[in-house]
Amino acid sequence: MSETLIVSIYVFVLATFVGVEVISKVPPLLHTPLMSGSNAISGITLVGSLIAAGEGHGGLSVFLGMFAVIMAAINVVGGFLVTDRMLKMFKKDQPKRAD
Amino acid sequence: MNVIVKLSYLVASVLFILGLKLLSSPKTARRGNLYGALGMLIAIVVTLTDQKIIDFTYILAGLLIGAAIGLWLALRVQMTAMPQMVGVLNGFGGGASTLVAYAEYLRMGEAVGAASYDVLVTTVLGLLIGAVTFVGSMVAAAKLQGLMRSAPILYPMQKQINAAMLLAVVVLGALFVQDPSRNYTLIAIIAISVVLGVTSVIPIGGADMPVVISLMNSYSGLAGAMTGFILSNDVLIISGTLVGTSGIILTDIMCKAMNRSLGNVLFAGVGADYQATATQTEKRTVVRYTAEDAAMIFDSAQSVIIVPGYGLAVAQAQHVLHEMAKILMERGVTVRYAIHPVAGRMPGHMNVLLAEANVPYDLLLEMEQINDDFQNTDVALVIGANDVINPAARTKKDSPLYGMPILNVDQARTVMIVKRSLGSGFAGEDNELFYDQKTMMLFGDAKQMVTELLRVLKV
Repeated sequence: MSETLIVSIYVFVLATFVGVEVISKVPPLLHTPLMSGSNAISGITLVGSLIAAGEGHGGLSVFLGMFAVIMAAINVVGGFLVTDRMLKMFKKDQPKRAD
Repeated sequence: MNVIVKLSYLVASVLFILGLKLLSSPKTARRGNLYGALGMLIAIVVTLTDQKIIDFTYILAGLLIGAAIGLWLALRVQMTAMPQMVGVLNGFGGGASTLVAYAEYLRMGEAVGAASYDVLVTTVLGLLIGAVTFVGSMVAAAKLQGLMRSAPILYPMQKQINAAMLLAVVVLGALFVQDPSRNYTLIAIIAISVVLGVTSVIPIGGADMPVVISLMNSYSGLAGAMTGFILSNDVLIISGTLVGTSGIILTDIMCKAMNRSLGNVLFAGVGADYQATATQTEKRTVVRYTAEDAAMIFDSAQSVIIVPGYGLAVAQAQHVLHEMAKILMERGVTVRYAIHPVAGRMPGHMNVLLAEANVPYDLLLEMEQINDDFQNTDVALVIGANDVINPAARTKKDSPLYGMPILNVDQARTVMIVKRSLGSGFAGEDNELFYDQKTMMLFGDAKQMVTELLRVLKV
């Protein structure tokens, strides 16, 4: 196993623990925004797509890269925006209410 | 330079983690989402300084087209259609991962012979997971949107055929790792994965979609993490993994809420035969009540718990419902909403639908928070929910619902059920509660009936 792979596996395993810790604290109330928000984060593949699309020389690789950029950008822009749209709607009780 | 790039990726990763952490409260959630978006922006801008990038034409074109489509989708989607939306976005994430994995392979060209095993293996995994996610999510979205039959599609040897396809991918993957110049193996892997994406989702019924959507969410994260392995890019691995765990955790929650194992949801095709059993009801008599009868009960009620189901959302009755709830609250009645974990079409969906109708989130209570309060409650008002209130889940051992955690609606002093007919729910199980002495059946469309209730209460 190469050195880089070992490091990658370290990162992967540690990130799993961080993920479990952070995400299990999200209340069911916010599970849909969690899903669309984390989904937008998975659009990070955009980073890989950018390199593939910007490599120059035309060719199939660049063309596929551009399609990857389109898809990932839809995921990122659509995901963060729609999450914000949802989160805006969550409001606490109005002050005037007999309790 | 490289150091700056790497440190910026670290900042982006921290922002992603912080963003998810802030999602733990509705007060900070919006800021959390903003942090996530900021992290993404940093990662993108920094990547654009990468020396491998020499031509920005395709990047700009791609970004503009993608951003425009994303913007358009995000602004026009209805809250009831959110599961489809998440499904489609998910799919694009997976699709992008597949394309990146394959483009990276093409880019390596002759040099692929020198690529290490881990790059080759993750390439295969990236292609498989990405393509399954892309196609599977699209099928799930099509089912939810009604473009496809939402009932399970079953055929003989289904599991065996899927297993054979997966095995074929493994064999082709091994051939590829042995000799990476065999381009055709990758093409075949993509083709099989696409088919597998279809065949693995069509046997799953519409009511199990919360599980499928969260599972696909998890896959899209994993696909991202795989591209991270291929490019040895830590920010991809971290964010992909975060999404992967998030999806798995939600999948687990959904399965528990239905008292089913993941394997059972994915392979059992439950619901395929439910139409057959659903007709055996209608023999016993129920008492049909009117909105006026209900209003009289509300007049003397101190506390009301509303149990919303998807029938409410479909009828778009959540706005009128909250109007009605407000009238009750103005009269000093305690009104709360009880939300079952699988109410709606995806995890937490019902909360979003009610938030859209301006229901304050502190009135929305989870099953564990409110279940013990039903016994001290005057009225449980059930709208468009069925299986999640069926007492058969507690007692009837041969029922498909048996063991599923349910809302203790039957313990309230009076139970009002708004429903279109006596038909049973998705599980095909007749509901004893409909025939109970203290149950008032209010037959009608959710929106019409609630509007009627609102009108009578206003008088």
